[in-house]
Amino acid sequence: MSGVAASKRVLETRGLTKSFGGVLALGGLDIAIEPNEILGLIGPNGSGKTTFFNVVTGIYGADEGTIAFNGADITRASPQAIYRAGIARTFQRSRLSLSLSIFDNIMIGNHKRLTQGLWFNLMRRGAFRREFEENYETARALVEIFDPPLAKRMLEPVAGLPMIDRRRIEICRALISAPLLLLLDEPSAGMTHDETNQLMGDILEVRNRIENLAIIIVEHEMGVIERITNRCVVLNFGRKIAGGSFREIATDPQVQEAYLGMQ
Amino acid sequence: MWRKPDTPTSLLPGLAALVLLTGYLIALLWVEEQTTVIALLALAIAAAVAAKFLRLTAPVARSFAAHEDALAGFAVAGVIVIVAVFHDDHFAVLLVDTVLLYAVATLGLNIQFGYAGVLNFAGASFFGIGAYTAAVINGNTGIPSLVVLLIGGGMAAVIGLALLLPVLRTRGHYAALVTIAFAILLKTFLEVNNALGGPQGLQVKGMRIFGWSFNDSIELGKNFELSFYLNYFVLSLLLVVAAFVIVRRLERSWVGLNLDALRLDETAAACFGIDIVRWKAVAFLLGNFLIGVAGALYGMMGSFVAPNNYTFADSLILVSMVLLGGMGSTWGMFLGVIIVIVVPEKLQAIEEYRFLLYAGMVILVLLFRPEGLLPRPVRSYFSGWKPQR
Repeated sequence: MSGVAASKRVLETRGLTKSFGGVLALGGLDIAIEPNEILGLIGPNGSGKTTFFNVVTGIYGADEGTIAFNGADITRASPQAIYRAGIARTFQRSRLSLSLSIFDNIMIGNHKRLTQGLWFNLMRRGAFRREFEENYETARALVEIFDPPLAKRMLEPVAGLPMIDRRRIEICRALISAPLLLLLDEPSAGMTHDETNQLMGDILEVRNRIENLAIIIVEHEMGVIERITNRCVVLNFGRKIAGGSFREIATDPQVQEAYLGMQ
Repeated sequence: MWRKPDTPTSLLPGLAALVLLTGYLIALLWVEEQTTVIALLALAIAAAVAAKFLRLTAPVARSFAAHEDALAGFAVAGVIVIVAVFHDDHFAVLLVDTVLLYAVATLGLNIQFGYAGVLNFAGASFFGIGAYTAAVINGNTGIPSLVVLLIGGGMAAVIGLALLLPVLRTRGHYAALVTIAFAILLKTFLEVNNALGGPQGLQVKGMRIFGWSFNDSIELGKNFELSFYLNYFVLSLLLVVAAFVIVRRLERSWVGLNLDALRLDETAAACFGIDIVRWKAVAFLLGNFLIGVAGALYGMMGSFVAPNNYTFADSLILVSMVLLGGMGSTWGMFLGVIIVIVVPEKLQAIEEYRFLLYAGMVILVLLFRPEGLLPRPVRSYFSGWKPQR
C-alpha cells in the first residue's frame, strides 16, 4: 500500500507550488527524503531553494500541493506547529540574536522542551534552576562536539564571534530539540574554504551520533555537496530538472545547461 | 592587571558605589540654593566621566553581577537611610515616594519596551487608570485599600486588552501610533465624563489599612512628628521590591528569553515554536498591571487625580526614563527615574524648560550611549552562577 511506503518517508511534498505576484518560485515540486538520508538541494540563484525551505517551515503558505511530514499533513500548519512536529532549520543569512549569549541562542531552539508556564518561571525558582542546569549541560555538551573551546564561552554574547562559530551555534540551535529533519540553508555562506570543510566534518560527526536524522542541505559549493550528500535534487526556475547521486547529476546535460547557460 | 581566574568577585565595589550614591542623593535633597544644586549636578557628571576614564565602572558592574541580591538589599537600606535623614520633611519624603512609584511603573514599561519590543506610548494613561480606579473605589466603597491597588493594576491590564488587538496586528511605528491615539482618546474621555469629575478630576481618599490611615501624621512622643508620607514610603518600598523581584525573575527565565527572541527576530522565533501573540500579550498585560498598581498608590498619595496629569506628554516622560536608564536594564530604570524626577524638582530655575532638558538628555544619550546610562548586561539566569566546567 502506498500509505506504508509514504510513512517511511520523513518528508514528502507533492505538486508544491508557490508564486509571488507573477513570478513562479516553486512549480509543482515533488521531493521526498527518507530517514538518515542527506539530500542536497542545488540550483542557480533564484531557482526556489530557499522558498522551498520557507514553505516547508510554514513561513509562506503553499499555493497548491501538499507537504507530508512523517505521514501527517503539515501543508497549512503554522511555523510553530511544524517546529514542534520535528523540523528545524538554519537560515541563509545567519539569524542569531547577536546581543544574547551562546546559551540563550541555543535555548531558543529548545523551546518545545522547556517548561513555559508563567507560574513555573516566576515562582518555582528551585525547579527552574534544576531545569536550567540540566539544559545548560545538554547545550554545552552539544557545542563541545563542534568546538570544545567554544563550550567554555557559553555565557558570552554571540556578537563577538567569527562566522564559523556563529554557523556552529545556529546548527546547535536547530539540533538541540532533536528534530527528525534538519534544513540547512547554505551553511558555507560567508566562510573560507577551510572553515567550510571543518563545518561539514562537524555536521557529519553530529549526524553519526544522532539516529534517524534526515538533512536537506542547500549549497552552492559542489565540493560540499559531493562530500556529504547521498542524493541530490536540482532545481531551475522552481522546477525539478534532475535527481540522483552527485555523479549522475554532475554529468546531466540539463544541469550543465542550467548552470552554464549553454544552448 | 593579572587576576587569578577563580578569585571570587568582590562585593566591595558595588557597595562603595551604593554608599556614594546614597550620600550624594542626601546632599542633593539637602541643598536649596540654586548655584549649589548646579554645582552638585556638575559634580555628578564629572564623577561619572572620571569613573569611566579611570575604569572604575567595570569592577562595579562585575560586583553587581556576582552579588546582585545582597547589593539590592543594601540599596533598600540606602533608601531607608535617605528617608530617615529627612523624616520630618514632607517635600523630600514625597519626592522619594514618587521616585519609588515611578520606578514600579517604568519596570512595567520596561517589560514592554525592553523585553518584548512592544512600544507603549500610553504609559501615563495606564498610570492614570490606576489612579482613577483608586479614586472611584475609595470614594464609593469600603473595599480595603490594599485590594484597591490590585484592582487598579487589574483595570489597567483589562483596559489595555482593548488595545491589545490593534497592537498585535500592527508592527513597529504603527503599533506605537495606536497607543498614542489611545492616550489622546483617554484624556478626552476623562475630560468630558462628568461621573469622573470632568476636567477638574476627582479627590482620592488616602490609603487605609486596618484602620491605620496613611494620611495622618505619625507622632512619637510630644515633640517628635514624622511626615505622613512615611506611611506611603513603607508601602512604596514594598511595592518596588516586589516589582523588582518579579521583573528580574521574568528576565531570568525562559519567558524572558522568549520575549528577547521575538523582539530581535519574529520570524526566527516563530520557526522555533515561540507563540508571538501569547508572549506579546503577556508582556503587555503584565507591564500595564504594574503601571496601574503604581498609579493607584500614587493617586492615593497625591489625594487628587485630573486628566491633565496623564497626558501623552507624561507618557513621553515615562519613555524618556526608560531610554535614559537603558532599555531592558532593570537597574537602569532607577537611575532614569531619579534623573528625570529629582533633577527638575531641585533645579527650580529650569522648571519652565523641563521638557527641553528631558529632550536634550534623551538625544545626548541616544547619540553617545544608545544602550542607556546603565546598559543591560548579558542575561545570567542566577546572579553569580558559574558553570561547573
